[in-house]
Amino acid sequence: MTTPNAHDWLTEHSDYLYRFALARLRDTHLAEDVVQETFIAAIKSPSFAEQSSPRTWLTGILKHKIIDVMRKNVREIAASNLMNDEDANMDEFFDETGHWSEQPLAWDIPHDALQQKQFLTTLQSCMDKLPTKLASLFMMRDIHETDNEEICKELNITSTNAWVMLYRARMGIRKCLEINWLQA
Amino acid sequence: MLNCKQTSQLVSQSLDRNLTLRERLAVRLHLLICKYCRRFQRQLHAMRKAFKRMSEAIENDPSIQLPPETKARISATIESTHQ
Repeated sequence: MTTPNAHDWLTEHSDYLYRFALARLRDTHLAEDVVQETFIAAIKSPSFAEQSSPRTWLTGILKHKIIDVMRKNVREIAASNLMNDEDANMDEFFDETGHWSEQPLAWDIPHDALQQKQFLTTLQSCMDKLPTKLASLFMMRDIHETDNEEICKELNITSTNAWVMLYRARMGIRKCLEINWLQA
Repeated sequence: MLNCKQTSQLVSQSLDRNLTLRERLAVRLHLLICKYCRRFQRQLHAMRKAFKRMSEAIENDPSIQLPPETKARISATIESTHQ
């Protein structure tokens, strides 16, 4: 019977799968859920017993589960009307002649390990502050590395819309870093 | 001649698509004369790199483990599926 096998897999691979999911979803609950769904899908699969490289096989299933979650997130975003938001206006960043109204201050990723860790924490909290729809789009693109065409298909938006929104997300995160990292 | 607003938009888009030759030249020309937009470009690249680094850090951190309760729950599900 395949049951003991599945338990072995759980012991051997679940932490790895969890980290894999967490690195992409950045949400512990969602990451736990997709790992659970992956194991359920795995034991129900007819090819379950034939896997010589379970980790690779499980990771493949997990990837699909992660994409499903992202897809669901962005669909909800699409339903909430992408372009109609208070952050649609970029005027706060530029004056009427198109010059920076507040010139970007100088910063870089710190080399020191401890400082770098603090920097990454600040970066994450800046991403968390984005409006949900922008954050999900940004994650799909810059963390998940989904290609642009697929994003547009999933969101049912034009490339131009996607570029505009990614631009806003990056402007927002950059400004947030300037305030919370540099001036902290 | 591009202004800073247009340049920053194209710099961001260059992370998502290939700019046309004309756009690339226009951006390059602006960056030559504008240190703030150069800074902006460097920082966008740094942000992307940092997000990547964060993902790698999570993936390679053995102290991050699936919570035992969740493991137990999955284990129980496996049992019941095979009943």
